[in-house]
Amino acid sequence: MKHFVSALALAVAMGGPALAQDTKVIGVSIPAATHGWAGGMNYFAQVTVDRLEAAYPELDFVLATASDPAKQVNDIEDMLATRKINALVVLPFESEPLTGPVQNVKASGAWVTVVDRGLAVEGIEDLYVAGDNPGFGRVAGEFMKSNMPDGGKIVVLRGIPTTIDNERLEGFQKAIEGSGIEVLAAEHGNWNRDNSFTVMQDFLSKYPEIDAVWASDDDMALGALAAIEAAGRKDIKFVLGGAGMKEMVKRTMDGDAMIPANVTYPPAMIATAIEITAVGLVSQAPVSGDFIIGSVLVTPENAATYYYPDSPF
Amino acid sequence: MSTAAASPRKVQMSVIGPVLALVILVIAGALMNPNFLGLDNITNVLARSAFIGIIAVGMTFVITSGGLDLSVGSMAAFIAGLMILVMNKLLPSMGVGVPIVLVGMGVALLAGIVAGLINGLLITRLGIEAFIVTLGSMGIYRSLVTWLADGGTLSLDFGLRTFYQPVYYGGIFGVTWPIIVFALVVIMGEMLMRSTAFGRHCAAIGSNDQVAKYSSVRVGRVRLLTYVMLGALVGVAVIMYVPRLGSASSATGLLWELEAIAAVIIGGTALKGGFGRVWGTVVGVLILVLIGNLLNLTDYVSPYLNGAIQGAIIVLAVVLQRGSKAGQ
Repeated sequence: MKHFVSALALAVAMGGPALAQDTKVIGVSIPAATHGWAGGMNYFAQVTVDRLEAAYPELDFVLATASDPAKQVNDIEDMLATRKINALVVLPFESEPLTGPVQNVKASGAWVTVVDRGLAVEGIEDLYVAGDNPGFGRVAGEFMKSNMPDGGKIVVLRGIPTTIDNERLEGFQKAIEGSGIEVLAAEHGNWNRDNSFTVMQDFLSKYPEIDAVWASDDDMALGALAAIEAAGRKDIKFVLGGAGMKEMVKRTMDGDAMIPANVTYPPAMIATAIEITAVGLVSQAPVSGDFIIGSVLVTPENAATYYYPDSPF
Repeated sequence: MSTAAASPRKVQMSVIGPVLALVILVIAGALMNPNFLGLDNITNVLARSAFIGIIAVGMTFVITSGGLDLSVGSMAAFIAGLMILVMNKLLPSMGVGVPIVLVGMGVALLAGIVAGLINGLLITRLGIEAFIVTLGSMGIYRSLVTWLADGGTLSLDFGLRTFYQPVYYGGIFGVTWPIIVFALVVIMGEMLMRSTAFGRHCAAIGSNDQVAKYSSVRVGRVRLLTYVMLGALVGVAVIMYVPRLGSASSATGLLWELEAIAAVIIGGTALKGGFGRVWGTVVGVLILVLIGNLLNLTDYVSPYLNGAIQGAIIVLAVVLQRGSKAGQ
C-alpha cells in the first residue's frame, strides 16, 4: 500500500500525461443498494471492478456507494483529494447536487463518465452511458397494444416521482395512443413491493374490471401479483413488469401466462460504463460520446439470453 | 384559572378529537367511493394496519415512559431477512410443515427480544440518549439486511411461502389473522397500560423520572422492559409480514418508525412522555392507513400531492386533539 501511494505521488509529481506503466486510478461512485435494481447495479459494478483489476495491473479502482446525494458528493470530493483519480465513473443520485462536484473532477483534468442520469449542465462528461427511458415506456406500450388489439382497461403503477418515471410514462402513453387501451388510474408504487401491493389492492377494490397491469418494474409487478392472487381476481390477464429481474425473466422463460414478457433496463449498464472507461485509459481507442442502451422486449422465446442466475437482481 | 372549572368538558373534546377525525375520514370515504365500506376494503385496511399497529402499541409504552425508538422499521426488515434465511436453511432438513414455521416464528420473536434488549441496555445501563442509541441501531439493522440480501431481495422458498401464506391471508369467521393478532395485542396493551403497576410506572417515569425513582419505582428496569416489549412486538409484526409477500429487502419497513411514532402522537400520547393511550394509538394508525387508502380509491388529487394531504391530516388530527390545551 505504502509503495503504491508513493508510486502514485511520484506520478502526480511528474505531472503531464502519465506513462503507460504508471498506475491509473478510476473512481466509481454509485448509489447504495436501496432497491432491487440498485442492488443489481452494485453487483455488476463490483464484478466488473474485480475483473478489470485482474486484467489490467496498471489500473486501480476506488468503489464508493452512497445512500444519499450528500454522501455521494463527499465520496467524489474524497476521491479527488486523496486518491487523485484519473477517471470518474459516476451514476448521480440526483442531477443538481452532483453537477458541481463532478465539474470539479473534470476541471482537475480527469476523464468523466456519467451513467444513467444526466447532469444539470451539459458538456461536462466525456462519455455518457444510459438506458433509454422513453424507449422503456414505448416498448411496454407497444407490447400492450399488440396484446390487446381490441383495447382494454389497464392500471399503471409508477415509480418514485422522478424524471425517469415521467419519461417512461410519456413514452408509454404515446405508444398506446389511439389503441383503445384506457388507463383507469396511475399511482406511485415507488418501485417497492409493499407499496405496490397496497396500491394494487386499492385498485382492485376500486375497479371491478381490469384487463391488464403495467407495473413498470419487476419489484412492483411482484407486489401487484400478490395482491391479485390474494383477491382471487380472474379478470386480469397479465402483469407487465420491467427491468429484467432474474426471477421474473425465469417465469417468462417458463411460460407463466401472467408474466408474458419483460422490458429490459439493465443494471449491468454500470459495467458497460466502467469497461469503456478502462479501455479509454489503457488504449488509444477513442471512447468519448453517448452510449444509449436500448430497452428490449423479453419474450418466452428470447428470455434465456436475458437470464443472469448469479446476479442478485 | 377560570378555565379549570370548565376543564372536564374540554378534556372530553381532546379525547374524542382523534376519533372525530377518524369518523370524518370514514364518512368522506363512504361518500367518495361506494367500495370503501365493502368487506374486502375494510379487511385490506385493517390487515395492512396490523404491522404498524402492533409496533405502535409497543411504541406507546416506550414514549409514555419518556423514551423513543427510531430503529423499529430497520429492525423489522432485519428480523424478516433473518427469519427468511433461517427458514430457507432449515428447509432441506425439516421440510415444509408446521414445525419449520414455528421455528421461524420463534427466531423472529427471539431476535426481536434480543434487539430490544440491546437498545434498552444501552439506554438504561450506559445512560445514552434513546434518540442516539436507536438512530445508531436503525442504521446498523438497515445495513445488515442489505448485506444479508447482498443488495437484492431475500425470498422465502416458494413452497414454504405457499404453506405459510394463510397466516396473512387466512383467518377464522372471515376475520384474517393479522386483524385478530392486532386486536389481541391492543386489548392486552390497553389492560397493561390502564390497570397494572407497570403501566402506571411507565407514566410516572415519563412524567418525572426523579420523583418516580424516589417513589421506589425501578426506573431502569421498567424502561428496559418497554424496549424489550417493543422488540418482541416488532417480532410479532414480522411474523405477520413475511407471509404476505414472502420477501425482505433493504426497502422493507422503510419509515415504519415514523409512522408508528406519528400514530402514537395522533392518538393522544404525549411525545415528552407521562401520559399514554393505547386505544388512541389504534385510532392514529387507522387514520394514517385510511388516508393512503382513500387517496388510492379516489382521483381528486394529483398523486404528487399525496404526502401533502397526509401531512395536513396528521397535523389537523393533533390540532383537534390539543385544542383544549391551546385554550389554557
